[in-house]
Amino acid sequence: MSSETTILVALLLPVLAAVSCLLLGGGLGRPNLRDIATPLIGACTFAAVWRLARDVLAGGRPELVLFEVLPGVELAFQVEPLGLLYGLVASGLWIVTSIYAVGYMRGHHEHNQTRFFTFFALSIFAALGIAFASNLFTLFLFYEALTLLTFPLVTHHGTDEARRAGRIYLGILLFTSISFLLFAILFTWRLTGTIEFTPGGILGAETSSGMVTVLLLLYAFGAGKAALMPFHRWLPNAMVAPTPVSALLHAVAVVKAGVFAILKIVVYVFGLDLLRGSDASLSLMTIASFTMLMAAVIAIRQDNLKARLAYSTISQLAYIVLGAAMATATGILAGGMQIAMHAAGKITLFFCAGAILVATHKKKVSELDGLGRTMPWTFAAFFLASLSIIGIPPLGGSWAKWYLMVGALETGFAWQAAFLGVLMLSSLLAVFYLMPVVVRGFFAASPSAGPSGSAGGDRKPIAEAPFLCVAPLVLTALLSLALFFVAGDLASLLHF
Amino acid sequence: MIEKILVLEVVLPLLAAPVCVLVRHPRFCRLFSLGVVAACFAIAVALLVEVRGGGVISYQLGGWPPPLGIEYRVSTINAYLLALVTAMALVVFSFDSRGGPPRVPEQRRHLYYAVFLLCISGLLGIAITGDAFNIFVFLEISSLSSYILVSLGGHRRAVMSAFYYLVMGTIGGVFFMLGVGLLYQATGTLNLRDIAARLEPSLDDRGTVLALALLVVGISIKLAVFPLHHWLPNAYSFAPPKVSAFLAATATKVSFYLLAMVLFTIFGAPFVFEELRLQAVLLPLSILAMFLASGAAIFQTDLRRLLAYSSVAQIGYMTLGLSTANATGLAGGLVHLFNHAVMKGGLFLVVACLLYRVGSVHIDALAGIGRRMPLTSAALVIGGLSLIGVPGTVGFVSKWYLVSGVLERGWTAAAVLILLSSLLALVYVGKVVEVVYFRKPAETQPIDHVREAPLGMLAPAWVLAAAAVFFGLTTDWTYGVAREAAELLLAGGI
Repeated sequence: MSSETTILVALLLPVLAAVSCLLLGGGLGRPNLRDIATPLIGACTFAAVWRLARDVLAGGRPELVLFEVLPGVELAFQVEPLGLLYGLVASGLWIVTSIYAVGYMRGHHEHNQTRFFTFFALSIFAALGIAFASNLFTLFLFYEALTLLTFPLVTHHGTDEARRAGRIYLGILLFTSISFLLFAILFTWRLTGTIEFTPGGILGAETSSGMVTVLLLLYAFGAGKAALMPFHRWLPNAMVAPTPVSALLHAVAVVKAGVFAILKIVVYVFGLDLLRGSDASLSLMTIASFTMLMAAVIAIRQDNLKARLAYSTISQLAYIVLGAAMATATGILAGGMQIAMHAAGKITLFFCAGAILVATHKKKVSELDGLGRTMPWTFAAFFLASLSIIGIPPLGGSWAKWYLMVGALETGFAWQAAFLGVLMLSSLLAVFYLMPVVVRGFFAASPSAGPSGSAGGDRKPIAEAPFLCVAPLVLTALLSLALFFVAGDLASLLHF
Repeated sequence: MIEKILVLEVVLPLLAAPVCVLVRHPRFCRLFSLGVVAACFAIAVALLVEVRGGGVISYQLGGWPPPLGIEYRVSTINAYLLALVTAMALVVFSFDSRGGPPRVPEQRRHLYYAVFLLCISGLLGIAITGDAFNIFVFLEISSLSSYILVSLGGHRRAVMSAFYYLVMGTIGGVFFMLGVGLLYQATGTLNLRDIAARLEPSLDDRGTVLALALLVVGISIKLAVFPLHHWLPNAYSFAPPKVSAFLAATATKVSFYLLAMVLFTIFGAPFVFEELRLQAVLLPLSILAMFLASGAAIFQTDLRRLLAYSSVAQIGYMTLGLSTANATGLAGGLVHLFNHAVMKGGLFLVVACLLYRVGSVHIDALAGIGRRMPLTSAALVIGGLSLIGVPGTVGFVSKWYLVSGVLERGWTAAAVLILLSSLLALVYVGKVVEVVYFRKPAETQPIDHVREAPLGMLAPAWVLAAAAVFFGLTTDWTYGVAREAAELLLAGGI
């Protein structure tokens, strides 16, 4: 199979999954087959992306040009390291999530499961389209498609709350993408006459520094999926969606689409040389730092577990934006790594939140007292993933934080040490919003136990969520651990 | 050969109309007019293919050479308009309304088809002829027949709207006529190219400026340029749904061509946009249309009125493209003629489907329809996305070039406003989609009996929905042609 066909196959497999969902779940009424087909096709998708990885590691840049949409604007794909990484993360975690989703949706007796799985697969299609886009138009096309395709998932429950959340979701994401991102793309097109992602960037050195700053901020806020403050409110609201959606889409595919777009635009539209040490870089770093800290502080105050994780996501995404804004090789490396590390960690945390919901119907942190003893696997996984998010070795997340700190000291700004301080403070805050969950789970007395809390006698039986829920979360927790040891490979892939 | 069949483009529907009146058999009339429209479409496509790349086909009526005789002259822009009108007519005629509401009585159905054919031949005539007075004649043919078509809407207010449309349309027609008269006085000829060649417009020449003013205002009424749009929302919402679909997709488009032709071919871009600075009026009005009409659309409770106000806003985009007076922007405006025709035509056909099954397109009556009529609702969503301008739909292509053209002109603020105004479309489309998919049907209006629209209705609506996506991804025959036409217009050609 040539690499061209491989790209096409990787893109079309999720569409096939969607079609098979519709046929098996809708037309033929075979939900069991439907739920087996999705993970299988997911595995094939991952294998296809993996095959592209070999080419990219060997220095190749597989390309696929479909057709010209407007004169000079093609619907075209090219796989480069950042996109490959995002594609691997999205397609790899899709397999796990589709297994988890079966356990969750059935355990939770959700309605309209076929519609759910169909749009889920289509969202992955859009995510891969973003990953492999070779110009701003293709990126924008799939970026908008991802927003629209995830809308039915956010509003899945159809309740007033879900509709409200859906309205905010579409409102903010389309507002930012149309008024900022599209404007920035058109402005770039006007300035340079091209919107092709080009190594070294397409904006020439003659672009004035003010213009670069405005454009960079337009792009950064325009990629509203990156949830930079003040355009972050859609993310906590989107948490009304079923947990698998929160896990894969609102911790991995959708939000990572935003930060991935920013990374890619910084590297291939601006070019690192243009941005390094510029006002544009400093202003975006400041905004990212602000978001990082504010979101972390808000997260500490959230009692709803998924809302807390959502704010944690906003804070952690800002790490990636910070890395991109540094516009140094180390910054980009750190940003890319954080995409993978945070994905593995945060998806585990959401899986755990969902497993707790399925097993006990509890949503709030304050209700979790003592649950760790009845759900040891879930809470152990939560613990591991928390460590990764905080950035403690030997978990994957520590490398991303390490490189970010190194990168912050390479930017050459007068106040660069301040960014180091921000990063440390943010990790400290992460301890405060994640660890209470684990501490309550394992050490607090469960409310049903008497005030004496006599040990031994009231030992509760293990009552975990269904196997299909627990197995994926253990797997992803172990993945966060494993990522610590393969960070070297990632670093060599993301060598800019 | 091609010159010979050129004239058939107008003559076929013109002759087919009396045939319908004579035969009177409704089923025959339906199939016959469908056949005629299909033939016209085939001719239009053949013409477009022929003139693509700069060709011109000319036909002299009665063998009298211009400027004495009437000349039919087809270049890229004319062929583009002909193809647009006939394509939309074909789709609308193939829509099988099954006598659904409003019911034109069986014994008068043949008149309905006859008038429809007259309207088409009028529109085609405007687009094809190279003679100013001839344009006026065809303008009146198409206008008079469209008043009749609107009045067939069944509702009592349809007659009122048609009357209002008639009054406004006639005022517009008179203005146009006076403008043509002044031009004749100044140049002594009625052939468009001859007028253009002889006219030396200058600000000191009151007569010429007055002629321009009369022509622009007259056409603007027909085009429903804000604030002269008042006839449009009523006419579109009370006309029979097929008629709304057809008029929304074609009538205003032909008026737009007329405006562009007057400004660029007759008076010339240097005079209109550099000496007279028409854009100082046209640009603010276009932006006001985009915002106020979209804003009005948000508050409509009837889907047809909502779409009608949205049309006024979309006309704002077209005139905005006109006011940039550069190739990119003008091409953006011209390509929006086709793009808007596809999406708005499709949406009005969806309205026709909904009216047939649900009986009302009041927003409350549509609650929960998404489950009962999934395919119709999906077409509604695609049309809506296109109105917003989501990439991958035709709306995006228009927006891309309009904004590019405006940026080329250095009007950054206007570019921002275009993008912001598409968010208003997001609001009104979102409102409808939310009702259709999420709101529970009211208990007083059970929708259990509602089924998917029949294939004869669904297929044409879906042809346009599919076209909205197809031409959003391949633009050679839309933007490519519009670009050629724009360059032709800017060069003062026709």
